[in-house]
Amino acid sequence: MMLTGNYAAAYGAKLARVEAVPVYPITPQTTVMEKIIELIKTGELEAEYIPLESEHSVMAAAIAAEATGARVFTASSSQGIAYMHENLFVASGLRLPIVLALANRCLSPPISIYPDHSDSLAQRDTGWIQYYVENAQEIVDTVIQSYRVSENKEVLLPVAVCYEGLIVSHFLEPVELPDQRLVDQFLPPYEPQHVLLSPKKVMHLSVYVSDQYFMEYKYQQQEAMENAKRVIEEVDQEFGEKFGRTYGGLLQPYRMDDAEVAILAMGSNCGLARMAVDDFRKEGIPLGSVKLRVFRPFPEEELRAMTKNLKLLIVLDRDVSIGMGGIVYSEVAGSLYPMKSKPALVNYIVGLGGRVLTLDRLKALTRDAITCTKEERQERSVRWVGVRGLE
Amino acid sequence: MIRKEIAQDLPRREYFKGGHTLCPGCPGGILWRLVTKVMGENSISTLGATCISLPPAIFPSVLDIPSIYVSMATPAPLISGVSAALRILKRKGKLAKDEKINVFAMAGDGGTADIGFAGLSGAAERNDDGTYFCFDNEAYMNTGIQRSSLTPEKTWTTSTLEGKSQPKKNLPLIMAAHGIPYVATASVGFPDDFIVKAKKARDMEGGFRYIHVHSPCPTGWRFPEKKAIEMARLAVDCGMWLLYEVTQGDLTLTYRPARRKPVEEYLSKQGRFSHLSKTEIEEIQAKVDRECRKYDF
Repeated sequence: MMLTGNYAAAYGAKLARVEAVPVYPITPQTTVMEKIIELIKTGELEAEYIPLESEHSVMAAAIAAEATGARVFTASSSQGIAYMHENLFVASGLRLPIVLALANRCLSPPISIYPDHSDSLAQRDTGWIQYYVENAQEIVDTVIQSYRVSENKEVLLPVAVCYEGLIVSHFLEPVELPDQRLVDQFLPPYEPQHVLLSPKKVMHLSVYVSDQYFMEYKYQQQEAMENAKRVIEEVDQEFGEKFGRTYGGLLQPYRMDDAEVAILAMGSNCGLARMAVDDFRKEGIPLGSVKLRVFRPFPEEELRAMTKNLKLLIVLDRDVSIGMGGIVYSEVAGSLYPMKSKPALVNYIVGLGGRVLTLDRLKALTRDAITCTKEERQERSVRWVGVRGLE
Repeated sequence: MIRKEIAQDLPRREYFKGGHTLCPGCPGGILWRLVTKVMGENSISTLGATCISLPPAIFPSVLDIPSIYVSMATPAPLISGVSAALRILKRKGKLAKDEKINVFAMAGDGGTADIGFAGLSGAAERNDDGTYFCFDNEAYMNTGIQRSSLTPEKTWTTSTLEGKSQPKKNLPLIMAAHGIPYVATASVGFPDDFIVKAKKARDMEGGFRYIHVHSPCPTGWRFPEKKAIEMARLAVDCGMWLLYEVTQGDLTLTYRPARRKPVEEYLSKQGRFSHLSKTEIEEIQAKVDRECRKYDF
């Protein structure tokens, strides 16, 4: 079946038999919402669509519906995600396994509808699991996987499935839709036991606590994130056994076994990185690549193991934390720092606001990074790519 | 005193218990007791950030009805989420189809008329199933008496030191303009009237119901703790707060005093109006007279 990334997200939700879909339109997410409404209308999906008046209310309604016992799905992008911000903390703090399809789009100004990862990475600290996926097939599969992960009793955290807007959300690709019967076996109905708004058993969700309880509460969220690492790996493997497709769980290596240099990326740039790897290998340069599929929880141990024999790791960031550099780069550097022997790190800021990173440019900057590292030239570790006036 | 025929079908059981954290003399506890007795134990409540959301939120909770708080602006969209979930769970047979669960919001004046206004208007426009109670003590009291859009004109607050320059937003009529099935104003000083209205809202089949409850605040209005009910009744008796209901577009007054009292009697008893000159009081009286004439009050 030919599907866009957004339609794939909607079909993933349908296969997961979601029950409530609060949503507010925003480009480039909107066609997720349109498809869901269509699936409800045709009777293919039995769910309540709630047309909220803002994303802030979307996340509130998502929290309320999930807390009442319904499996919730929603979608958003960019300013919409930013507008949800305070309620994202509540979703994770109340340990509600909501799944959100996030069609990445840059944050304004200047206004642009094109993708980068700044919108979702700005939500880094909200306590949500974040997947970064690269094509329509992976979207539908990851939405299904996400419910298994988020509803796992050791986890109970919300999940964002992030994919770049327009280039992934709107691009038609062949997708193999998993069989509903198999999905039903893989993903049982949601049966909440930890939080539930029900007159049968009085609970107060979001209580006021003194300093005597606050840190324990947060520590439990941290523990859940730690557990999520194992669960994400297990669920991906089990998915593979059932449906024949796996994505490496937290990290997906490509020709890393004997690699001395590697490119680490998230989302659609991973495909480009793999092409670069193949080209360099033809020249005898031992390049590999790592797809960072899960950004939260950050796969610290797994990344150390995967990069311990590298001389150089090139981190591509489709985002920037103004005043520092790539957000992924900071996390990678922090994770690798305790290693005795660690690769040199170079950070490239690429593709902000949808600017295209070509294969030629990626290869050129890879060559440049290799040369600089060999000659031990002290250059800035954070470098902006393709900026007018800089090159 | 509440008339027997109005109160007799209310449960004796208390769903909002003593030992709560409201200020001495705060009528919020009265409102909670009445609301929960009317809505009954088969209810789910959604909360805004307001003085009256603290008693249920502070552990151990004094509220025997489940509650959820998310953020200041969200009591109304929480109604939308809860009621949508109840609908689908009933449709899928996960909940008994005939089980009536009353969903209601408790929110303050700032949370309702200011930061929560978009969410409130959205839930009303969608006509989502629930009853929204606005606990109007005419300022942000929980943060220390700052003006809200429901603070009356010329009122002293800690953010309007010389008196607020703008009039109080007429929120009940704005809500009525949404065309929802039921809008009512009420007062903690008139429990009979309130109970009748709350029951009416409860017994409606679906739709968004809005009840705006005027509730004097001893702490923020600067009057003695024992006088909250007296103040609530004076506000109505002088015409500064009218009791009415709007059903299907028709506004009906539900209370008329034999003789309307001068506003000075109400204003002079509160520290928040102590800076007012005689002329200013006359100005307020003139405005109230004009407003009351509209309703032949």
